[in-house]
Amino acid sequence: MANIGVYIELKDDQFKKSNKEALSAAKKTGKDVYAVLFSNNPDQYADQLKGITKVICVKGDDLTYDPTVYGDTLAAIITQFELKDFLGIHSAQGKDLFPRVAAKIENATLLGDCVCFDLENNTFTKPVYAGKLLSDFVIEDEYRMLTLRPNVFPVEEGGADTPEIVDFEPVKKEAKGKIVEVVKGQSKRVDLTEAEIIVSGGRGIKSKENFSILEELADVLGAGLGASRAAVDAEYATYDMQVGQTGKVVNPKLYIACGISGAIQHFVGMKTSKVIVAINKDSEAPIFKKADYGIVGDLFKIVPLLTEELKKNQ
Amino acid sequence: MNIIVCVKQVPDTEAVLQVKDGKTINEEGIKWIVNPYDEYAVEEALKQKEKIPGSTVTVITLGPNRAESALRTGLAMGAQNAVHIETDELTDHKTTAKALANAIKQEDPGIVFMGKQAIDDDSYLTHVYLAEYLEAPVATNVLGFNYEEDKVTVEREIDEGAREKIEMQIPCIVAATKGLNEPRYPSLMGIMKAKKIPIKKLTLADVGISEVNNKIRTEKLYSLPEKPEGKVIEDEPETAVKTLVKLLKEEAKVL
Repeated sequence: MANIGVYIELKDDQFKKSNKEALSAAKKTGKDVYAVLFSNNPDQYADQLKGITKVICVKGDDLTYDPTVYGDTLAAIITQFELKDFLGIHSAQGKDLFPRVAAKIENATLLGDCVCFDLENNTFTKPVYAGKLLSDFVIEDEYRMLTLRPNVFPVEEGGADTPEIVDFEPVKKEAKGKIVEVVKGQSKRVDLTEAEIIVSGGRGIKSKENFSILEELADVLGAGLGASRAAVDAEYATYDMQVGQTGKVVNPKLYIACGISGAIQHFVGMKTSKVIVAINKDSEAPIFKKADYGIVGDLFKIVPLLTEELKKNQ
Repeated sequence: MNIIVCVKQVPDTEAVLQVKDGKTINEEGIKWIVNPYDEYAVEEALKQKEKIPGSTVTVITLGPNRAESALRTGLAMGAQNAVHIETDELTDHKTTAKALANAIKQEDPGIVFMGKQAIDDDSYLTHVYLAEYLEAPVATNVLGFNYEEDKVTVEREIDEGAREKIEMQIPCIVAATKGLNEPRYPSLMGIMKAKKIPIKKLTLADVGISEVNNKIRTEKLYSLPEKPEGKVIEDEPETAVKTLVKLLKEEAKVL
């Protein structure tokens, strides 16, 4: 039986929850699971990697994320170990990296943002039109690659066996582009696409400074901070915070929309949130038709009260 | 230099979509627009044309007859030439990229601009595949662009908030994201002028695709069931907030 591979995305050496989701989904297929990670010290992840067959560990002097090196290396691993099905995370890095891998392997097809898959029946489900619709795909190719939407696949512990670790050298070809500078992200917050809770602000927040009240709420909840297109266009928030059809599609268990009217292009970016809370002064705002819980009122009063109430409850 | 811009025609972001035949969307009544990320690509190409003497901008698309209006928008914004690979067949990303690559090779390409993603199938693939087939470097998620002395320097987002500056030789592919620029609106004169510009029409066979052999295809297209309407808590702010926290904890169990 063919093997299934999982790319483990490490962020500042941290083993993300989404990696556990991808590993659990891979184990469920019943195939031999190969995990691929870039780390000089894989032993620190021994607990998380239990119950799989093999760990392919890429080691080198400089393992800083470089899409060309990572892409070429993953392509070499996938073909060498014949990982006919290969999973990753539909994160910022996954969206950047996986297309490059699929481009390098002639007989590989990549489906991004997968929310459900069945290898045996060759069915792969992905939201399209920013989630306005869902599509079931069939892939007829030698290598099938998927990036999985975070917070969809359940994490299941399982297996006690310690996998065999195989070292692998990074593939460094002559690059056509030259990286001249890398600026690390400043944000200490969780990535929006992987956040379990998101606090989001819209036009109703009225200014960039006023976002601080949402930040305080997000801090209490350990939440990511999002914004509507209207808030980004008005420069109250930056584009990396934008949720919606022309921003990020998110899937948290709790989404708190503050001063957001609920235009369809925003709604489709967060509609799969398990619970949506709306706080808006306009009782006619479409967001109330879509929210699980709503409070009609002044967000500048309600949000600080909510922050206080949650602090008390901690 | 011939600056190339790849554009895709997509349904308007505000469009309500319905499924037809279980596999495609009902196109009746849909307003079609240029993919918003491709608009940044068109704008950047036009800005560079203004800076680079003797350069031209060519917009190119692959799609059915109606996709011609996306090219007309590009021409109305200020592009000089347009190429339409016209087909009613659906093509997967690798096939699309191969067709585009072959069409672009006929145009003596310099910088190739396009959006980082199309908002219909929400993939991030075509520009990366195109780069592979053109054997050219690619930068995705581009927020900043500069061209000087035959060298392209771009700034791009690589991870949440993290940025990277890359230098590339020409030809290269630059995939734009929001923040790169403010796309201009076509002027009335531009729209009038655009109507008269002939569009170069190609078939898939003209660009080396004699037979479409998609490796991935839609088997079923459907919509999610609507959520039942939620609760609006009507009370004084203090009480409403207390009720909300209680509901989130005890009923929704998300806290």
